[in-house]
Amino acid sequence: MVSENIITICDGTGCIQKGSDKLQAAFEKEIAAKGLGDTAKINLSGCLGMCDKGPVVVVNPGYTIYGNVAEDDVTEIVESHVINGNPIAKLAIQEDHLFNRFFRVFGDAKFFGKQMRIALRNCGIIDPENIDDYLSVRGYEALAKVLTNMSPQDVIDQVKKSGIRGRGGAGFPTGLKWQFTADQNSDEKYVICNADEGDPGAFMDRSAIEGDPHTILEGMALAGYAIGAKHGIIYIRAEYPLAIERLEKAIEAARASNLLGKNILGSDFYFDIEIRLGAGAFVCGEETALIRSIEGKRGMPRPRPPYPSVSGLFEKPTLINNVETWANIPVIILDSGDWFSTVGTEKSKGTKVFALAGKVVNTGLIEVPMGTTLRQIIYDIGGGVPDNKQIKAVQTGGPSGGCLPVEYLDTPVDYESLAEAGSIMGSGGMIVLDETSCMVDIAKFFLEFTQNESCGKCTPCREGTKRMYEILTRITEGKGQLGDIKKLERLGNMIKKASLCGLGQSAPNPVLSTIANFRQEYEEHINDKKCRAGVCVELLIYQVTDKCVGCGACKRVCPVNAISGAKKEQHSIDTDVCVKCGACMDTCKFDAIIRV
Amino acid sequence: MIGTEDKKIEQLTSFIKSVADKPHPDSYLIAVLHKAQELYGYLPREIMDVISEQMNIPTANIWGAATFYHYFNLNPPGRYTISICLGTACYVKGANDVLNAIKNHLEIDLGQTTEDGLFSLQPARCLGACGLAPVIMIEDKIHGDLTPKSVVELLEQYRKREK
Repeated sequence: MVSENIITICDGTGCIQKGSDKLQAAFEKEIAAKGLGDTAKINLSGCLGMCDKGPVVVVNPGYTIYGNVAEDDVTEIVESHVINGNPIAKLAIQEDHLFNRFFRVFGDAKFFGKQMRIALRNCGIIDPENIDDYLSVRGYEALAKVLTNMSPQDVIDQVKKSGIRGRGGAGFPTGLKWQFTADQNSDEKYVICNADEGDPGAFMDRSAIEGDPHTILEGMALAGYAIGAKHGIIYIRAEYPLAIERLEKAIEAARASNLLGKNILGSDFYFDIEIRLGAGAFVCGEETALIRSIEGKRGMPRPRPPYPSVSGLFEKPTLINNVETWANIPVIILDSGDWFSTVGTEKSKGTKVFALAGKVVNTGLIEVPMGTTLRQIIYDIGGGVPDNKQIKAVQTGGPSGGCLPVEYLDTPVDYESLAEAGSIMGSGGMIVLDETSCMVDIAKFFLEFTQNESCGKCTPCREGTKRMYEILTRITEGKGQLGDIKKLERLGNMIKKASLCGLGQSAPNPVLSTIANFRQEYEEHINDKKCRAGVCVELLIYQVTDKCVGCGACKRVCPVNAISGAKKEQHSIDTDVCVKCGACMDTCKFDAIIRV
Repeated sequence: MIGTEDKKIEQLTSFIKSVADKPHPDSYLIAVLHKAQELYGYLPREIMDVISEQMNIPTANIWGAATFYHYFNLNPPGRYTISICLGTACYVKGANDVLNAIKNHLEIDLGQTTEDGLFSLQPARCLGACGLAPVIMIEDKIHGDLTPKSVVELLEQYRKREK
């Protein structure tokens, strides 16, 4: 019998939904039934990122990843793998060879092959609710190191040397931000973790916190030491209950172990962290708006300067970094800034986490070295586009970013290259679009979001995004007019120039980038009243082909009696009456109804 | 009308008292509103007055904050709140069709509650379960890989459970 067996069950939201909670009970029962006792241990881990293969179970030794595990498989896994040491090939996710710290734990799978995990280094490996697990992977070692051997300026110098830039999207050099805040003379300073992840379609921060909350606390404590702050605040979305719960537990455990609070690790350093909840306002991701929100007010941005590093929360010097940035800090201190700067490209150091979603086979959370190309991410890690469809575009940066067409697939992922190509790095949303996605509709989707989330302070953003949304709506409804594209471009450029904060300055990007790269689609919508992707309902026509056998099923289901035809003869649809609900097409058993 | 002497008021008052001694007590307004919504399910106007008096913040400012943030409801929700994810990943995978199916089936629009008080419908920006898109959340449970047809069946299951 193999002595140390560790069965890790993914406890992320995706896997729970697919039944991982039942698996835990099943494994416990099976281990008890076989009398394995202490030789087999069950771990619950944070999101492993392979959400579409959930529930995911990893069995060590053997580093075997099992996907889509059902309760019925549990007995076999325990008998064959745990007791006899024979991994079950048919249940395992089999893929290519790879190298990475992460893989030494999790073994071979193509999904992980091009990845490199620094920020997410512990996600899926340790139990996020157990501080001892974090300590066993060198947790809080960086904090001990700076408290015994490093001056605050040494810490800042390491962060500067690493070349890390803000992971929230704008890419400001983190070390400089720390230096500015440290240089301020003030009796009170604050360290803030921005976990107000509002980009629709992105869940990097949530998974990072759920999988490894202590890393964030340690990163913030390191900053507190470096800049001379006593108070840390984590501003997190109220929509993330599990992440909040795990943070609360982590803070409590850290306080109990003297890693937060007074006289940390026997030094005279004091640092404590509290959690403040957001309440669903996208603009609060902007740092000055976030500060207003923590102060209990409407989250509206204010002009900068003064920057928060000079006058931030309660008008005191404040250092704000994004969750992913914080997660990198302990590694930079432990392995040195010089080491960190060897990863990535010349101007963009380290790795970046992306939430890969949309029309791609493997959706989930990935972390790649800067400089990896979009093609590598989508095809090597993401497994390409499902259902043999053609990829049309990649959207990065969410509502502030742009859509890049296929020609740009070889663009390396770094701040400059993405900006040159016409999109942005953003916080890490990456949505793959295929031929069934309409670019005008996607632009409309993002504008609907930004015009709704605009705080209303600047007129160009408040009114301009509404007008742009109206124009896009009429284009998708077949009422587009000549000159609409020009109007969108003019409005868009004006909003970008005349808005105060990042929301307004970037809100027109999805529209401007789709016009730049997919102008033809806009022209088709306006001039030919056609939507090639078949998304814009008002522009579609339903037709009956000669496959029709005249069964009459469509006729019965049509809510407006638009279908006529004698029994056993080909029917036809009166397009003037048709409301384009699609009920006939869903009902037809002979695929005789098409949409053109 | 909400009685001012009920248990919930007591809980709210003690929460407000617990933050009153901290530095910058006004900054806890959002936390207090979260607490009030947790207790009542929404933010009744009378409760905002209570908060105003106890925290010494004008009701107008409280109203301003409460209406600024999407998370706060100003109307009582139904027995089950359906949050439909309209994030990008769900959108490209057909969340709009699912939304229309719910709207038609329950005969309500976003932000409204059904006549029998059973369901209310809310948009959510991203529930973070993009791998399961399109998704909705009812209470704390996420339902994924939905179609216009399956979502109606799901709602009917909830309705049956109530009977």
